[in-house]
Amino acid sequence: MKNNIPPKLFLKFFRWYCHPKLRGHIEGDLMELYNERVKEFGKRKADRKFIVDVLLLFRPGIIRPERNQNINTYAMYKNYFKIGWRNLIKNKGYSLINIGGLALGMAVAMVIGLWVFDELSFNTYHQNYERIAQVMKGAQFEGKHYEGQKSLPYPLISELKNNYGANFKHIVPASWGGDAALSIHDKKISKVGMFIGEDAPEMLTFRMTCGTWKGLKDINSIMISQSTAEALFGSTDPINQMVKINDEKEATVTGVYEDFPKNTEFHGIQFFRPWEFLVNDSNWMRQQGWDNHFLQIYIEIQPYSTFESTTANIINAETKAIQDLAYMKDELKYNNEILLLPMSNWHLRADFKEGVLQSGPVQLVWFIGLIGVFVLLLACINFMNLSTARSEKRAKEVGIRKTFGSIRRQLIGQFFSESFLVVMFAFLLSFAFVYFSLPWFNDLSGKEMSMPWTQLWFWFSCFVFLLTTGLLAGSYPALYLSSFKPVSVLKGVFRVGRFASVPRRVLVTVQFTVSVMLIICTGVIYHQLMFVKNRPVGYERKGLLMIPKKSDAFNKKAEALKAELKNSGAVTEIAESGGTVTTVWSNNGGFSSNGKDLDNERNYATLGVSHDFGKVVGWQFVEGRDFSKEIASDSSGFVINEAAAKFMRINNPVGQIIHWKNGPWRVDRDFVILGVIKDMVMGSPFEPVKPTIYFTMGRKNWLMLRVTAGMPLQEALSKIEKVFANVIPNLPFDYKFANAEYAAKFSTEDRIGKLASVFSILAIVISCLGLFGLASFVAEQRTKEIGVRKVLGASVANLWLMLSKEFVILVILACLIAIPLSYYLLYNGIKQYEYKTEIGWWIFAASAVGALIITLLTVSYQSIKTALTNPVKSLRSE
Amino acid sequence: MKKYQLGEFEEVVMLTVGVLYDNAYGVSIKKEIEERLERKVSVGALQSALIRLEDKGYLKSREGETTEERAGRPKKCFQITALGKRAIEHSRKQREELWKAIPKVALNLTLKT
Repeated sequence: MKNNIPPKLFLKFFRWYCHPKLRGHIEGDLMELYNERVKEFGKRKADRKFIVDVLLLFRPGIIRPERNQNINTYAMYKNYFKIGWRNLIKNKGYSLINIGGLALGMAVAMVIGLWVFDELSFNTYHQNYERIAQVMKGAQFEGKHYEGQKSLPYPLISELKNNYGANFKHIVPASWGGDAALSIHDKKISKVGMFIGEDAPEMLTFRMTCGTWKGLKDINSIMISQSTAEALFGSTDPINQMVKINDEKEATVTGVYEDFPKNTEFHGIQFFRPWEFLVNDSNWMRQQGWDNHFLQIYIEIQPYSTFESTTANIINAETKAIQDLAYMKDELKYNNEILLLPMSNWHLRADFKEGVLQSGPVQLVWFIGLIGVFVLLLACINFMNLSTARSEKRAKEVGIRKTFGSIRRQLIGQFFSESFLVVMFAFLLSFAFVYFSLPWFNDLSGKEMSMPWTQLWFWFSCFVFLLTTGLLAGSYPALYLSSFKPVSVLKGVFRVGRFASVPRRVLVTVQFTVSVMLIICTGVIYHQLMFVKNRPVGYERKGLLMIPKKSDAFNKKAEALKAELKNSGAVTEIAESGGTVTTVWSNNGGFSSNGKDLDNERNYATLGVSHDFGKVVGWQFVEGRDFSKEIASDSSGFVINEAAAKFMRINNPVGQIIHWKNGPWRVDRDFVILGVIKDMVMGSPFEPVKPTIYFTMGRKNWLMLRVTAGMPLQEALSKIEKVFANVIPNLPFDYKFANAEYAAKFSTEDRIGKLASVFSILAIVISCLGLFGLASFVAEQRTKEIGVRKVLGASVANLWLMLSKEFVILVILACLIAIPLSYYLLYNGIKQYEYKTEIGWWIFAASAVGALIITLLTVSYQSIKTALTNPVKSLRSE
Repeated sequence: MKKYQLGEFEEVVMLTVGVLYDNAYGVSIKKEIEERLERKVSVGALQSALIRLEDKGYLKSREGETTEERAGRPKKCFQITALGKRAIEHSRKQREELWKAIPKVALNLTLKT
């Protein structure tokens, strides 16, 4: 008799839900009934009845209980951790390498994470972050688009306020930050401050400790930072106190705000004074037209509007305003645009070069972030490698567990819990690392980061971080170990096979590829940095002292000051200039020669200097001569640098007549080129020197002092300070060394160089830790083999070669991959610098050889140790 | 006494198991009840009643033979235990006591057809 088959789906369903103990006989009953019914009613009706029966059987008492319900899971998990713990204790060396390496990697990743977060959260201190922007000027000329000019003309303020006011919630004009001396009674300190529109405190959401946001309404008011308040007033209430500024005007303190943190644009601005005061105080300002750019404007757009729509409304503001102005006729061809630079872009996307936005800083942040990810990856690879390498030792355990009834899922769970145990330890350790290294790292990176203990997102990201690291680090061992077949494992013929170590080798290669790349990049960055640092600057920066003229007293007592300084013996030469030698202070156009425009695309940097400026700074003439006091006509003379001579394309520039027509300078006359000097690096040392013109006109804001050669700086300084205290007693003695200012230009690059080298050293340390672990493991595995080889006559050198060969080959392979990759990266990275070094092949060679030597040292320690052991010992043990 | 709690369906199942004596398994019990009492019994209801009774200790089971109709699955044959016997006796006694307690007048009725 052939049995009929009931609907399979429902039979399966029944088998799935039914309690295993009941399944057999109930299914028997169902089948018996079904067969009878088929005979009696036919298949169709029997099927239907069968389905009804199955569905009616689906009731408590028959449905099986949930899986594992009767298993004490707590005890099992406890056991997992216990076994994990015992394993850690048993292999102390491995555990140390494992946990230490992982902790190091995590600490690096965490620090980098903090750093990246800090960079990305720049300026978010201000609550209106999303709606604040800086007004910028752009232009279109000969099909090219230029932008990035933040210096704006005076009439633009009223133009924006009167004709476009509806677009903005606040319009805040501001001066550039500058030093000023603040004094009360006998106390005097020098602080950086700026003039700013009265809406600024509200727009930038100052955190007031005293006073209100309305503090800048009164024209004679001043708002100071908390640190300034403490320095000036100590514990007394600063509100309504009088402060003397630059020993001239007095102002009333109307508010004290919390110092801006380091990751804000306004960090370091210690006081704000009302913009209106500056306007009232300087009559010249109101007379300035659209052609003089000297102020900044910050705005806040209306809520619910966007920067795009606002920009669209104001883009032609200047073009419209200057249409009918005679003196601006020439400007119209530039199609000047008024643009907005949102606050979110100030820090990382505000770098313009020749009017084109640079992506350098953002890329840098991602680059460093990438390093962090890589270092973490290296640490995880270590963990995976060591775990899989040790897996053979635990193969028996897996076999036993499997025969006792562990299913694969449980074993995966076990190994994951073990990896989480290690990760937890490493995490705690890395917390300690980060906690103790953060001050040092802050110092290195010039930041003010702290562990955000109280932030929820911090703990959340820590949790996610733990989870990913645990999964990442534990995945391979968990999935690999649990796949062992108990029969073969327990029989003792467990052979991992030829390809078992392939993943391990691949991982080691990846590790070293990354490490070698990091080393190469660091090397090249350093090389580039040194190259630029050694660049000839065209003047003598050692012993060059620059002193800002803070008040009119400097001019009134100029002669006395000069005489006293020379008498003191500390100074050999004194000169004056419009700006320092370490910045390009002003840029001008309007130069022509024989009716031919000399400045189509670019302006010239200009600097007004006194006659003896050249003697003080020590510039070097290629042709012609310096300004001379004796020759009166030198007031119509130019000294230009080589770059300018080249840019003007004039043969034999000395003696040539140049016509200069410029509104703000109020000149429209001929000048003679007196001499050509070697390029002086005034701007960025990474860029080509700007064409520069020096002349004797203009206000001189700085004193240039040449300290007597051979005199220790400290001694000279104290002598000079004494002179100043005598002649101009009421102002603090402020000075800048050209040398220090020049060095400060390298601060970003110096930092990157240091960061990169620290991280790449850590990367190689982590990689070597892993390699050390692997090497010692392999050596241990082959103890017997080595013993036998020794007995048969192998020399120590032979054994050393045998044990080291495998790793050396991997590292060589890694170098071969890393070299072209890093060359490609560096080639693109270094292209952005105008003044750049060649990427020398020797850096690659040195890095590769260095990596190889480090590898050999790491591996050799173990292999030589093993090779030296007495074979009697290694063969006896079992 | 609450000790020998038996539901109506449970009592029927117990008695049927007794009737079938040596051949009381799922299908035969179901058929017997359906024939004798003329009521439908679903496999689900019967099985859960059997499980309950076995848990209470009124029934015991043993593995029976397998047949081809059952696709090789064993039968589960039930038998009344001593405790089960007491339980059905108890419920019967209670019924009888109730019967006895009804005054004759109360049942002096006829069904009109």
